[in-house]
Amino acid sequence: MAIFINETTRIIVQGFTGKIGSFHAQDMINYGSKVVGGVTPGKGGQTHLGLPVFNTVKEAVNQAGAEASIIFVPPAFAADSIMEAADAGIKYCVAITDGIPTQDMMTVKNFLRRFPVEERMILTGPNCAGTISPGRSMLGIMPGHIYKQGNVGIVGRSGTLGYEAADQMKRLGIGISSSVGIGGDPINGSSHRDILEHFENDPETKVVLMIGEIGGPQEVEAGLYAKEHMTKPVIAYIAGLTAPEGRRMGHAGAIISSAGEGAAEKVAILRELGVHISPTPSAMGETVAAVLATL
Amino acid sequence: MDIHEYQAKDILSGYGIKIAEGGLAYSSEDAVQRAREIGGHVWAVKAQIHSGARGKAGGIKICKTHDEVEAAAGALLGKRLVTHQTGPAGKVCSRLYVEAGTDIVKELYFCFLVDRSSERIVMVGSAQGGMDIEELAVTNPDAITKIYIEPAVGLQDYQAREMAFALGLEPEIMSHAVKTIKGCYKALRALDVSMLEINPLVVTSSNELVALDAKMGFDDNALFRQLKISELRDKTQEDPREMAAADRGLSYVGLDGDIGCMINGAGLAMATMDMIKLAGGEPANFLDVGGGASAERTEKAFRLVLADQGVKAMLVNIFAGINRCDWIAEGVVQAVRKIDMKVPLIVRLSGTNVEEGQRIIKESGLPIITAETLAEAAEKAVQARNEVVAKEAAGEI
Repeated sequence: MAIFINETTRIIVQGFTGKIGSFHAQDMINYGSKVVGGVTPGKGGQTHLGLPVFNTVKEAVNQAGAEASIIFVPPAFAADSIMEAADAGIKYCVAITDGIPTQDMMTVKNFLRRFPVEERMILTGPNCAGTISPGRSMLGIMPGHIYKQGNVGIVGRSGTLGYEAADQMKRLGIGISSSVGIGGDPINGSSHRDILEHFENDPETKVVLMIGEIGGPQEVEAGLYAKEHMTKPVIAYIAGLTAPEGRRMGHAGAIISSAGEGAAEKVAILRELGVHISPTPSAMGETVAAVLATL
Repeated sequence: MDIHEYQAKDILSGYGIKIAEGGLAYSSEDAVQRAREIGGHVWAVKAQIHSGARGKAGGIKICKTHDEVEAAAGALLGKRLVTHQTGPAGKVCSRLYVEAGTDIVKELYFCFLVDRSSERIVMVGSAQGGMDIEELAVTNPDAITKIYIEPAVGLQDYQAREMAFALGLEPEIMSHAVKTIKGCYKALRALDVSMLEINPLVVTSSNELVALDAKMGFDDNALFRQLKISELRDKTQEDPREMAAADRGLSYVGLDGDIGCMINGAGLAMATMDMIKLAGGEPANFLDVGGGASAERTEKAFRLVLADQGVKAMLVNIFAGINRCDWIAEGVVQAVRKIDMKVPLIVRLSGTNVEEGQRIIKESGLPIITAETLAEAAEKAVQARNEVVAKEAAGEI
């Protein structure tokens, strides 16, 4: 099972023939992901990495049966590529691109809302490391070998902090059903809450680790969702205890701009909502292990 | 990216928003000259720094004679103003805006910002202008009106009217209010504005709506298509270390602690800083070296962290994903050999080719302290920092 992607998911790469797109496409193929081609407008009909190149996403869907896409298109053109994927009938899209303007993302979100829910493309990212269902498929830029297959779902804003969590868990012999990066931007395709809902509905996932950070309302919204709608335990770590107010900590969205957006405040609210808290970033693995032991 | 009040007003007046007559001054003489040009007998001399709450910090002076303008300008130019938005270091005022005094009947609060929860632009207004909106949100939330804008169709006239009525404006100035509100929205959409605040927006004795202050922030991700806005950047208002970092493609935020940090990834960087704090230390900076972390980049990052004279120990924490620990270790060893490091260095590597990376560090013969886990790295960094401080206290350094 896992969520979003598995060994049968037919993947295309948007921005396929570029340097970064090529590198990561090859890495995904090596991992075992079912990459069926890519899109680079104007290069349709060519072959790249032994796979067909298409001019449009619609062609890739019609001719190669593409179901999922990953976007490596530069920031100025990325929103357009996401909307093209949604319109072509792609079911799941990961946007890796960092630096998409906020107004472009508002346009994208508005565009996606035009589709009925059951036909609407799920977008995760932008500015993320992607999604992996260990042992099955990788749709991202992460080092696949650090993830062990198992029953813990991970959702997080940060790439390397997610790697840290997967690595801690692997050392403890704990595996992952899927790990989903939602990205560090203020407006993103899917929120923590959205991903929790998918994990709740995934029979293979037993617990979920949510890795949040300062800024924005999404961690608290996810906590409320977990309290009201989830049967599975959620463990959270929130980064940014030392972050000063009003300063952007690397991620475009990692900024405390109003009350309740700091790490300590989010932790206090989540704890109140019954979410298990990993007190430090080095305790993510053991906190998950402790919760698993109670099941 | 933030801009100054005078720049924001210049932009907004181009969108039909009424502002008081004013001019820019770099010296006391300039300021008096501006006051003469403007005429009248009341002027506001306003410090141009990237911060709100300038009034409370003494950055705005009301003057009734040219001598007072001269004195106010002399007092403000070169002064470091500290507000709750600037942090304790404050910001130096090197430009003044001299503005005609306005006869105020009513002060209102008005702003547009990106609401992350609804993923829409929200228009916020209150008839209680001039005060801190965050404070008002706590003490009297009912006094604040929020109107969300549907991105597909944009701001509608009825929404502007709703806001104008909520602000308590008279029907006579309704059409001017709608024009003002819509003008702000147009500017916001056209220029990738992430925050536009007019506090106060005032009703004058001649029944006009005037933007008495204006604050604008722009989406950094959109500056590539807002070249005219990019040119308004005032580097004197930004931390020189952060500017230097940005020029080198690194993401750096200076903090008050004394343990320097170099980490790949923003989330892991914040987490490592948290770990330092939990171990009893304080980080000197946030620094994300990004995914690449080549030897050249590593050296630049080292120089940046160590340029902070207050740093007493440095912690490197890299989780190698696409890159490899052995490459990073080579980069660190090269950087340490090139730079004369005077403080202890703690390195924690994890991920791809970690054994090889650790071997390179060990065999380099350099006095690098290594750690396997995040917790161990933070503890060792705090310990090393404490030893340096103790030696300093004992006069050994």
